[in-house]
Amino acid sequence: MFGIGLLKGLFTTLKNLLGPVFTVQYPNKKVGLIGALKFHKKSPLEFLKAQPSEFIKSLAGLHEVPEYPSQASRFRGQDFNWFEDRCTGCASCAKYCPLGIIKIETTPGSRDEQEGSSYDIDVFDIDIGRCMFCGLCVEACPFDALHMGSGFEKANEKRKDLVIPVDELRTAEKTPSTWFRPQMENKNYKPKDKGAEIKDWHDVGRHEQPSDEELTERWVNER
Amino acid sequence: MSTELVTMNIGPIHPSTHGVFRMRVTFDGETIIDAEPIIGYLHRGSEKLAEERTYTQVVTLTDRMDYTASMTNNQAYILSVEKLSGITPSERGVWLRMIAAELQRIAAHSVAIGFLINDLGAWHTPLLYLLREREKILELFEMMCGARITNSYLRPGGVFMDAPDEFWPSLNRFLDEMPNRLDDIENLLTDNEIILARTQNVAILDKNDAINASITGPMLRASGIDWDLRHRNPYDYYEKISFRRPLGTVGDNNDRYLIRLHEIRESLKIVEQCLDLIEPGPVQPEEVPFLVRPPIGESYVPIEAPKGELGFYLVSDGGISPFRCHVRAPSLINLTLLRDMVIGYKIADLFVTFGSIDVNMGEVDR
Repeated sequence: MFGIGLLKGLFTTLKNLLGPVFTVQYPNKKVGLIGALKFHKKSPLEFLKAQPSEFIKSLAGLHEVPEYPSQASRFRGQDFNWFEDRCTGCASCAKYCPLGIIKIETTPGSRDEQEGSSYDIDVFDIDIGRCMFCGLCVEACPFDALHMGSGFEKANEKRKDLVIPVDELRTAEKTPSTWFRPQMENKNYKPKDKGAEIKDWHDVGRHEQPSDEELTERWVNER
Repeated sequence: MSTELVTMNIGPIHPSTHGVFRMRVTFDGETIIDAEPIIGYLHRGSEKLAEERTYTQVVTLTDRMDYTASMTNNQAYILSVEKLSGITPSERGVWLRMIAAELQRIAAHSVAIGFLINDLGAWHTPLLYLLREREKILELFEMMCGARITNSYLRPGGVFMDAPDEFWPSLNRFLDEMPNRLDDIENLLTDNEIILARTQNVAILDKNDAINASITGPMLRASGIDWDLRHRNPYDYYEKISFRRPLGTVGDNNDRYLIRLHEIRESLKIVEQCLDLIEPGPVQPEEVPFLVRPPIGESYVPIEAPKGELGFYLVSDGGISPFRCHVRAPSLINLTLLRDMVIGYKIADLFVTFGSIDVNMGEVDR
C-alpha cells in the first residue's frame, strides 16, 4: 500500500525523538535547580546564599553550567608543551616539521660538562597559526622534550599572537597529550583529569629516572 | 513543446555542490540539455608539494585529499611507499590499519548516503542520524591517533602507535550498536515512497559506459559489475577475509544508495573478522628508518577506497622525497560521466545524481 514506507519512517523519527540525547551543549548547558545543585555540590540554602540571582535563574531552568565533549588523551591539542630541561636544542622538531614553522636559535651551553653538555635555547617559536597538528615534531623529538598539548580553545584576535614564544612555553601549565608518548599512557596519565599538571620534567621521559646509586655507579665508580 | 534554451551557472559556492564545484547547465524548460562541469577551485598542488617533503611528511598531505576518508588515503600512500622501498610491514600494524580503513569506509559511506538524501530534500534528519554514527567512528579515531579527520595514523611499515586499551571496548560497543542503527536508517529511507519515486530509474549508468569511462567503486558495482579490488587484487591481508560484494541490477540512483548501505554492513563484518585475527605484537618493524630512502624506481598500488580505485604513483630518484607523485583520484574520474548521466533528466535530478556519485572536491582538485 502506498504510504507504508512513509509511516515506517515517521515511526523511526519518533523513536529517535524519544531516545537519548547525543548532542553536547558545548560550552554551556542550561540546567534547572537539580542540575545546578548537582554541579556545584551545594545544598539549596547554600546555593541561595552564594548566588541569589543564579538561584532564581535555575528555578526557570536557565542556570548555565559548562559542558565539554569527551576528549581522548591522545588528542593532538593546540598549546605545545615543552620541557626546557629535557631539550638539547638539537632542532630535530624544526627539521621534521612539514611546514617549517618551528624556529630555534641556540648558543653553546653554560651548563657543566659533567651534567651533559647542552645548548641554551634563546628562541623557540612555534607559529601555531600555520600548524596543522600532525604531531611529527613530537614524533621526531629524541628526548621527549616537546609534547602536543591537550587544549583547543586558543583563539586569538591577531596572527602574531598565535606565535608561541619561548617564554610562554617555559611558563605555561603543562598538561601534555599522550600522542606518541606510550610511557605516559602506561602510567595511566589522562591530561583532562583534575590535577594532571606535570611539574617535574622527569615524569615525561621514556626512561625511568636513575636512582642515586645508579648515578654513582655510572659517573663515579666507572671512572 | 520546445522553449528558448537557458544557460545557467550553478556554483562554485552552492550548498548542493559538496564543496567548490561549478556547473554550466543548459536547460530547455526544466529538462537538462547540456551540463559542463568546471573544476579546479580547490586546487592546492598536493602532488607538487609532495615532491619537496620526505616520505613520512607526505602522509599529512594525503589526509587532506579526500577528507571524509583520510585513513584509506593514508593506506593507499603507505602501501605504495612500502612497495617502493621494500618494507615488510609488521602484522599487527596491518590489521590495525585494516580496521581503521574499514571504519573509515563506514564513515565515508554514511556521509555519502546522508548527503545524497539531503540533496533529495530530506532536510537534515537522515543526514544527522548518519552523522551521529560517523561521530562515534571519529571518536574511535581520536582515541587511536589523536585526530578525527586529519588522522596521519599510518607510517611506512604499519601504524605509528598501538591502539589504546579503551579503544577495544568502545569498538565492540560500536559494532554491537551499528546494525540496529542501520536498520533504523533502512526503515527510514529504503521503502520511503518519495525517495523511491525520486531515485528509481533516474540517471541510469550503463555497464559498458561505466567500464569505458573507467568508473570504479560503489558506482561501478551499482551498475552490476563485480569489481572490488579487495577481492580482485587483495592488498594488506584482505585475502584472509571473506565478505560478500553487493551488486546493483539497474544502475540508477537508488542502486547506488543501496550498494553503499550494504557495503556498510559488510565492512562491519570485516572489522569483526579482523578483531578475531589480530594478535599482539609490534605495530611497526624496528628496521624501518626515520627517513625512508627507497631505491630508484616507481610503484603504484591501487586500493579500494570508499569512492573507488585510489592509488599513488610514486617515482623515486633515491632521495628522501618522491621525485614525482601522481594520484589516481576516484572522485575525479567518476565525475567525468556526470554530463552523460544527467542529460535528458530534470533539474531536480541533477543534484541527486551528483550526490549519488559521491565526489569529494578535495580529491577532485587535490
